[in-house]
Amino acid sequence: MPPLGRALCALLLLACLAAPLVADRYLLSVLILVFYFAYLGQAWNLLMGFAGQLSLGHALYLGLGAYTATALWTLFGIGPWIGVFIAIPVATAAGLAVGWLGWRFAIQGVYFALLTIAFAEFTRIGFDHLAITGASAGLFLSVSTPGADKWWNLGGGPLLYYYIALALAVGATLLVARLRRSPLGYRWLAVREDPEAAQAAGINIIRARMIAMAISAGMTAIGGVFYGFYYRNLFPSQVFDISRSIEIIIAPIIGGLGTIFGPIVGAIILTPLGESLTALIQHFGVNTPGAKSIFYGLVLMVIISLQPSGVWPWLARRLGLNRSRP
Amino acid sequence: MTAIILNIVVQGLLTGLVYGLMALGLSVIFGVMRVVNFAHGEFTVVAMYAAFLLFDAFNLSPLLTLLPIAAAFFVLGYVLQRSLIAPFISRAEHEQFILLVGLATVVVNGLLLIFGPDARPINLPYSFDSYEFGPLFLDKVRVFAALGAFAICLVLFLFFRYTRTGTAIRACADNLTGAGVVGLNVKQLYAVTFGIGFACVGAAGTLMATIADASPGLAQAYTLLGFVIVIIGGLGSMAGALIGGILIGISEALAGFYIQPSMKSMFSFALLILVLVLRPQGLMGRRL
Repeated sequence: MPPLGRALCALLLLACLAAPLVADRYLLSVLILVFYFAYLGQAWNLLMGFAGQLSLGHALYLGLGAYTATALWTLFGIGPWIGVFIAIPVATAAGLAVGWLGWRFAIQGVYFALLTIAFAEFTRIGFDHLAITGASAGLFLSVSTPGADKWWNLGGGPLLYYYIALALAVGATLLVARLRRSPLGYRWLAVREDPEAAQAAGINIIRARMIAMAISAGMTAIGGVFYGFYYRNLFPSQVFDISRSIEIIIAPIIGGLGTIFGPIVGAIILTPLGESLTALIQHFGVNTPGAKSIFYGLVLMVIISLQPSGVWPWLARRLGLNRSRP
Repeated sequence: MTAIILNIVVQGLLTGLVYGLMALGLSVIFGVMRVVNFAHGEFTVVAMYAAFLLFDAFNLSPLLTLLPIAAAFFVLGYVLQRSLIAPFISRAEHEQFILLVGLATVVVNGLLLIFGPDARPINLPYSFDSYEFGPLFLDKVRVFAALGAFAICLVLFLFFRYTRTGTAIRACADNLTGAGVVGLNVKQLYAVTFGIGFACVGAAGTLMATIADASPGLAQAYTLLGFVIVIIGGLGSMAGALIGGILIGISEALAGFYIQPSMKSMFSFALLILVLVLRPQGLMGRRL
């Protein structure tokens, strides 16, 4: 990374660390969403941007992560810092099952995307009827349980969630940057660009994709645990819904598929825009439930038409930040 | 008991024919252009609202407005293809997918904005009448809808089999380069194909409006239903779409009766996963 890039990154990180000093509660909640979507975008981008496999069912891993950790807490009193280590393998196993079923039988592209939707929808309806987690009536985290407001049970004020979300986003970016330069990262790119050539070069393509899926699903599950304890209520029709999956993929697509900073840039652009649109609409006192989604849909269409490789590659060129890598 | 099951199966079959017509549109579009129309269910619901509005304002029966709405949807599909989809034909699969996801989001939330979340029923004078054949009781509206869907499918089948345009479209599907070489206007044919796919959507939505109440919440469910049906039947196969539709119609009806209506689509997705794993090209599809 060129020195200017390093300086900009350090500046951005410092600004994020210091933001709670000046930001009010509302701004913090918007920033939490920015980090949350940047984090999930990194997780999804690993599979789509690097390994080249389109998943439209990441809500499955988000939901499994969220439900596993919150159910462990409400049913057995097991805190989320332990629960997350059970949530990760659960979601990873689900991801590996989807990946294995798909790739083992050479299901690719559109068919694979539809398979991921099918699994997410199947699970959504299943959880809608699963009595132990409250079925369609939802699962709630009580704040009056002793210890529920302590940080070791992922409860507390916005500052806690702010720094956790920031840590997740930064950690995911570092991990992805590291993976991208590892031998595994190069294998992913080879498999993405030309699976047949990659196989001929001795790369086990299914194995490479499975590793990407495992990491991506596991990371998404951590995001799910955060979701569960941040919102403190879970409904299958929300957390497993296909609109969650689509929400996850927007930031990396807008920012730039297969780039390290794409998901961050996408989340920084989109979330505040969406939130200020909501605020604006509320300010004028009109009740328009779909306006924000229409806006997201339009942005998606415009960006994919005009700038299909995303905003970040274009921005990086403008700032002269991408000299070191093609 | 057998009489009850027979009734359920036949009801499912009739609904399934309408599903089949909707899925046929998806299948035709994919089979020819290799574009997955992610906004399929959304536009089906638009057609349902069109049927509802015409009924509500002018008291026109959906059976009367069927052909006009289908024709309007043909034009809509043609224009959409020419303006929005055409530049994406040679783009990467995920880019097409995302464009249509965006379009679907805009359409469904547009519906929500205009009509609100409430269901809009069409109450025909014969909505609750039924025909009686021995032990069979068939809802009148369902019989009409199924007959309409079947007739339109038949017309489309004959169109693709025996007309020049139909043959030309099949040529594009089989061998795009070859079709261009022999001088077919591929761009024009693609737009016509998209129009035909949308005419199916318009017709299916109008017929659906007589057996289900229009609401924005249906849109996503119908899109997914369409995918399930065409993948089970075989993406790109016309007969497959109809057979898949009937299969899903019957399996939904049976699951609704034996288990729980709210769990019926779980079985459709299970069926989809099974088919994708065991026979990814679908029941009637050519090899992938």
